[in-house]
Amino acid sequence: MVFVDSYPKTSKLVRSEFLVAFVALGIGALFGVVQALHRTGVFRGFVSSADYYTILTGHGVLLALVFTTFFIAGLFTWAVANSLERELPQRIAWSAFWIMLTGTVLAAVSIIGGLVGAPSILGHDLKADVLFTFYAPMKAHPAFYIGAALIIVGSWVAGLAYFKSLWEWRSENPDERIPLQTFMVLTTMLMWYVSTIGVAVEVVAFLIPWSLGLIQNVDPLLTRTLFWYFGHPVVYFWLMPAYLVWYTILPKLAGGRLFSDPLARVVFVAFLLLSTPVGFHHQYTDPGIPSGYKFIAMTNTMFLLLPSLLTAFTVVASVEHGARQRGAKGYLSWLRNLPWGKPAFAGCMLAGLMFAAGGFSGMINAGMNINYLIHNTIWVPGHFHLTVGTAFALTAMAISYWLVPQITGKKLRQRSIATLQPYVWFVGMAVMSNAMHRAGLAGIPRRTAEPTYDEFAFEGVAGTVGEMRIQIAIGGFLLFVGAAMFLIVMADTLLARRGGTLSVNSNIPEPLSGADHSPRILDNYKLWTAIALLLIVIAYGPPLASMVADGLFAPGSPPIPV
Amino acid sequence: MQVHRFEKVWLGAAILLIVGFIATIAYGSVGVGVGMVDDSGGQISAEEVQNGNTDTPFDDPGVVKTGDDKYTVYVVARQFQFVPGSGDNPIQVPAGANVTFRVTSADVVHGFSVVETNINTMVIPGQVSEVSARFNEPGTYGLICHEYCGAAHHTMGGSVEVVPPEEYDMQQENIDQSADDAQAQEEADQ
Repeated sequence: MVFVDSYPKTSKLVRSEFLVAFVALGIGALFGVVQALHRTGVFRGFVSSADYYTILTGHGVLLALVFTTFFIAGLFTWAVANSLERELPQRIAWSAFWIMLTGTVLAAVSIIGGLVGAPSILGHDLKADVLFTFYAPMKAHPAFYIGAALIIVGSWVAGLAYFKSLWEWRSENPDERIPLQTFMVLTTMLMWYVSTIGVAVEVVAFLIPWSLGLIQNVDPLLTRTLFWYFGHPVVYFWLMPAYLVWYTILPKLAGGRLFSDPLARVVFVAFLLLSTPVGFHHQYTDPGIPSGYKFIAMTNTMFLLLPSLLTAFTVVASVEHGARQRGAKGYLSWLRNLPWGKPAFAGCMLAGLMFAAGGFSGMINAGMNINYLIHNTIWVPGHFHLTVGTAFALTAMAISYWLVPQITGKKLRQRSIATLQPYVWFVGMAVMSNAMHRAGLAGIPRRTAEPTYDEFAFEGVAGTVGEMRIQIAIGGFLLFVGAAMFLIVMADTLLARRGGTLSVNSNIPEPLSGADHSPRILDNYKLWTAIALLLIVIAYGPPLASMVADGLFAPGSPPIPV
Repeated sequence: MQVHRFEKVWLGAAILLIVGFIATIAYGSVGVGVGMVDDSGGQISAEEVQNGNTDTPFDDPGVVKTGDDKYTVYVVARQFQFVPGSGDNPIQVPAGANVTFRVTSADVVHGFSVVETNINTMVIPGQVSEVSARFNEPGTYGLICHEYCGAAHHTMGGSVEVVPPEEYDMQQENIDQSADDAQAQEEADQ
């Protein structure tokens, strides 16, 4: 039975969520190539250097917030319905969708306003050139903050729909273990609830009233600390859905099954515990924060490597098992017995490979003192284009080739484009990201329209600055082509007529080592959430207390329009 | 709970790697002495920095000699320049001296990064960033604002000129001399 026929209502929801995600991906990718060509000086005819920052804000918000959140909502909706075998509660789930969409429109309109002369709307200039991090005291239009808040609130409501499904399922299955996919979804959502408190307080309690003129000042250090309380866990909100795919679907695509269900649960619980009390590693070079708290965040960050290293083992072992099921022999030659011509498989594997590289550059970022060399250089976007920009984005695109047929009942179209697409993305990212990392070592900053200065010139450390520029431009262009190829395949598939029998289905094979082998305590959400909160109180309690001790709004800064 | 033998080995190696990373970083801090930017710079009112009435050296930022081979450099970052640092007003310090940078912002969040060195700090309104360094090699070092600070952010750069100590002392004497001359001239005019 095709998923769309078993769960027609939930399928419609997933389609709507994916549609918004894909539109955001298209616009975000267009903005991306404009930046790549502009900052490298290859072509600066699209926008002025002042408007570059509007494009950069749009790129960050549309891809890192809108594309991710909507795609994850769709994936999680499918995963919960599939593993609990029921339609999601429709009213809650659709309210979530509309709240998130309203937020997206508000944020997008306020950003685009910056490109059309920032007309005055409700007494404020309609612009939001404040980038994805919107550090106060730079001020955007209030609609931008309200939109961002609504996207987060919408995601909370979506989480409620998953929990409600679990409770319904539990009343019918009082003794069964929570199915793995649902377990992963709910653990991710718990992490998300805990970590979005920071940005919710920042935006609702401080930035919205401040941008409306209801309060005069905000404390820039306090607001950015609240942002980073959320700003690191958000990367796990992107990563954990990719892990859900790698753990539960990828082994099947390889022709095998998951190696270990218990270890998968351990990994997700570790993320719930450790994702949040690490935010200060984004503030290693911030004044006003005692170095002891930075050290605590550093050790927590390093231990966060553990679940990812375990994942590397489990995923590779599961895929190898799949290859051996297909008759592979030898220590390494099993790699040849894998379906590299299937875009869903190839995309997930290439995404995982790039994530390994991104993990290593992340270890450098996490190294408190070596971080001085690369903090806020273009090394950092080089790093996160491997993680969110490939581990998440390429996995999302790859699994769409497998999932979209199931939520529409339509066979995948344009298969030759689809087969090539993950490789185009991989090559584009390899070219762009290696150059960004090396340029960062030379001290070239991120977030700038023209990285050249009157007072001095950069010198390449490994390779020349000119060569890195060309690589960034070529890589950025290939990535745009990769995104366009994906969207062509999706558009053609979504617009096609239904017909024929699908070659894919949503059945997930039982793991080699099943849930029965894992201790029941792993499913104790109350316990893990309580420990997660305790770790946060230890990591954040004292520094936040000292920041607000001199007053919530002091040392204060009035809004400064951009 | 059943854990495969290979997985146990992998887990052990992973923990070893993590502990190793933490140990090298701890050694870097304690052994080599790579200090972290922290709260030692204290707080300041951004509004007073903007108006130049903080009653601190930030009202007339620049290099202050604080002892033998010891200098403190006060820098105000504002949209879109460092004072001193940008344009034809480079920060000048002698090679081999202990230099402490004290940097603050008059408006939005900026960055203060001396290219290819460990001097790399955020500049946050209301806070003073304090960074100590010693330049052993004379030469011109690039200075950049590495945090987006507005529409002309990409123009916000500067330089640090590290000069041999003898030359530096002579320059300072000349500056003092010319300042004295100017003052004498002013007095004579009156």
